[in-house]
Amino acid sequence: MNQQTEQYSTFSADGLMFGVAVESVQEVVRHQEMTPVPLAHYTVHGLINLRGQIITAVDLRACLGLEKRPTESQPMNVVLRVEQELTSLLVDEIGDVLNLDPGCFEEPPATLPEALKKSVVKVCKLERCLMLVIDPERLMN
Amino acid sequence: MDDMDEIVKEFLVESSENLDTLDQQLVSLEKDPGNKEIINTIFRIVHTIKGTCGFLGFSKLESVTHKGESLLDSLRAERLRMSGDIATALLKVADAIRTFLITIEESGNEGQHDFTDLVQTLVALNAAEVTTTQQTIPSTPVLEDVTNYELLAELTAELEAEKASAQASITQPSATKLVSNTENKTPSNEAAKATTATAIADTSLRVDVVILDKLMNLVSELVLARNQIIQYTRRQSDPELLNSSQRLNLITSELQEGVMRTRMQPIENVWNKFPRVVRDVARSCGKEVRIEMEGKETDLDKTLIEAIKDPLTHIIRNSVDHGIEKPEERVKNGKPREGVLKLKAYHEGGYVIIEIADDGAGLNTDRIRKKALEKGVITLDQAERMSEQEVHMLIFAAGFSTAEQVTNISGRGVGMDVVRSNIQKIGGVVDVSSVSGKGTLLRIKIPLTLAIVPALIISCHGQRFAIPQVSLVELVRIPHENTEQMLEAVDAALFYRLRGNLLPLVQLDKQLKLSSSSDLAGQTIVVIRSEDGLFGLVVESIHDTEEIVVKPLSKRLKDVKVFSGATIMGDGKVALILDVGAFAQYATNHHESVANLQHDQVKSMHGSESSLNMLLMSCGQGQLATPLSDVHRLENLKASELEFAGGCAMIQYRGSIMPLYNIATLLGRNSDVSQASKAESIAEHSVVVYSHNGRSVGLMVDQIIDIVDQKLNIDLTAQRQGVRGTAVLAGKVTEVIDLAQLAELTDHLSCAGANGAQI
Repeated sequence: MNQQTEQYSTFSADGLMFGVAVESVQEVVRHQEMTPVPLAHYTVHGLINLRGQIITAVDLRACLGLEKRPTESQPMNVVLRVEQELTSLLVDEIGDVLNLDPGCFEEPPATLPEALKKSVVKVCKLERCLMLVIDPERLMN
Repeated sequence: MDDMDEIVKEFLVESSENLDTLDQQLVSLEKDPGNKEIINTIFRIVHTIKGTCGFLGFSKLESVTHKGESLLDSLRAERLRMSGDIATALLKVADAIRTFLITIEESGNEGQHDFTDLVQTLVALNAAEVTTTQQTIPSTPVLEDVTNYELLAELTAELEAEKASAQASITQPSATKLVSNTENKTPSNEAAKATTATAIADTSLRVDVVILDKLMNLVSELVLARNQIIQYTRRQSDPELLNSSQRLNLITSELQEGVMRTRMQPIENVWNKFPRVVRDVARSCGKEVRIEMEGKETDLDKTLIEAIKDPLTHIIRNSVDHGIEKPEERVKNGKPREGVLKLKAYHEGGYVIIEIADDGAGLNTDRIRKKALEKGVITLDQAERMSEQEVHMLIFAAGFSTAEQVTNISGRGVGMDVVRSNIQKIGGVVDVSSVSGKGTLLRIKIPLTLAIVPALIISCHGQRFAIPQVSLVELVRIPHENTEQMLEAVDAALFYRLRGNLLPLVQLDKQLKLSSSSDLAGQTIVVIRSEDGLFGLVVESIHDTEEIVVKPLSKRLKDVKVFSGATIMGDGKVALILDVGAFAQYATNHHESVANLQHDQVKSMHGSESSLNMLLMSCGQGQLATPLSDVHRLENLKASELEFAGGCAMIQYRGSIMPLYNIATLLGRNSDVSQASKAESIAEHSVVVYSHNGRSVGLMVDQIIDIVDQKLNIDLTAQRQGVRGTAVLAGKVTEVIDLAQLAELTDHLSCAGANGAQI
């Protein structure tokens, strides 16, 4: 039985757990000094300097219509490669990289809020919670 | 087969270079038909291409070039004389070769092109013989007469075999060999030329542009890293560290310069196509035009060269098609038959300036104005108010074309605005100036490189932004107090009175929605030149100018029009680069109001509703007044201090020599002074000192009466040079004088003439 496991990078925001295919993740970096971009879309939190490259940081909570992050908390950066560009996703906390059996994935439940339905392609039942798998392209557009 | 691909690639690159030279040489030959050197050069090029494509199996291409070569040979042997038809046919051969090359590049084979017509034309031209007597040809390293043709044919066959297995650059010495075989003279010129040609070939090498791009990126990163290090080491005191970082600084700057230069190419690479373009367009319009080029060694970055190719071509076609008149018309107007198109390029302060001037009919202001009205580009109001220069700039408006006929060359109305936007895309600006009947001049200014630009760093609401220097004109500080006097509001838009003109203001913090206050005290106005004129961007404070590395913003942020990119500052933080054009849009709406306002002002000269400080003086029987703000100082000068030079009164004033004029004389009337001084000198003179063109000038008046602060209502009926009009001040009818205009009067005076010996 050839079970190819798929690797997912996981992180959380507003109590929800998310995962993206590990191939789209370039790196994970702690909170960086951010330069806000006036007049930009509300999901764009700002620009960061990643070893000389200027990367746009997008707030996951804002993209999914979740509640705003409490002001004291410092988000982490998940740097994703989307459409040949690097974009950083701001999340609350970083989780582990999980090796998952493709068979464990299911369709997203119908009860999922609209804002999430757009970006969540499938879900996976983990031991303690449900992991929502996100498609970065759909999330950012 | 990889080896073959390499050879084909080489063939394509070298042939396309050769084709450009071919065009130039053919156009030159048409003007100088007997020039043997040019004929030989052309022959060699065509011959080379023929040889290589024979080797590579491109038989169709080979047959076209072969017929072309035969024609050239007839020219060389003087069996035929150069003519317009022959030139056209040969240029068509060049075009045919280009078409083949494109197909070869795309598909690897010759494709299905059919040039039988061209081939027939070439054969027909070649068959026509010149029947005039054969003249003895001066001995130059070419064939002496037809009888050597058979020998040439033999040697050519030999040579072809040799050439087929060699690279193009080696054909130069082979050509020498060929000639020395036919005659036993050593054409030293040819040999010398050939060896220098190979010598030059040895000192340069071909580098893939991709590699140079990579180098350029690395150098940009190095510049940023260097900036950061310099920032930190400034705060250190360790001498060795300071030394090393200083060296790093110097080396990085030199490296940056050097790498930039590798990507620079002379503008000649673009210009060398133009003689042909001008020739073709002129021929098809029935005009005679020659092109002159100055500064073709001026170099720019390769990407910029690519970008200006099309705009320049369009401008040139336009000039020939619409600018330059037909020969008969030119002669009628006293101009030489042949029109001249002058191209000029030079470096100036980090930019490349390209000027294209023609001596044609110039822009027709009225026609442009009319067309713009018709097309709804401007309103009737605007049309009446626009200056000639502003009307000329309308040619860059979208959808605009005054060409009576749309030719296939130009006139479709999509030309000039595309030209301007292409130039703007590379960070440049273009403007036009024209004199009716004399000609038109187009001036393009582009930065030397896109990647690293000098910029002014400003801050607004705690955030830093960069403004590229290319459009910066000046900086004006708004004082903390009395801001109401400098600023004016028209229809909720703010303006600043800058040297008499109203400058529309755009508040950066408001536009970025960072703040909504309109308190501008203590802020700075950055005066920027945009397409529609000057406007001022109000920012909180300015830092210094820096060379910044421009990094593009992500696609996601492309909608935010106000930013054109981002950069990393010396301290590692990201700063956004402002797009000046976007802010200019906000200011455009204000320009309307300005135009209205200024227009009304000129008409009624109302000055302002607020009161002015006026200086009252007496002169003869009447009272004079001038705005106190125009006056520099008021002095009482002793008569004994006055000195005379060349019949003019002067005084040593604050370390320089100040000329003195009697206001009464300037205004052309008698004054108490002149009458009294006939009897005796006055002990003291009241002098109004003001500044004109950087110098101080003194105006002598009878008496300084008072300074009053009151509203000014000027009656313009008594207007003349130096006098704005009359008003009632301090209860008396007073002439309001204009010191600036009086100053201009003094410029034209010759002291002895106007003042006589009197003062």
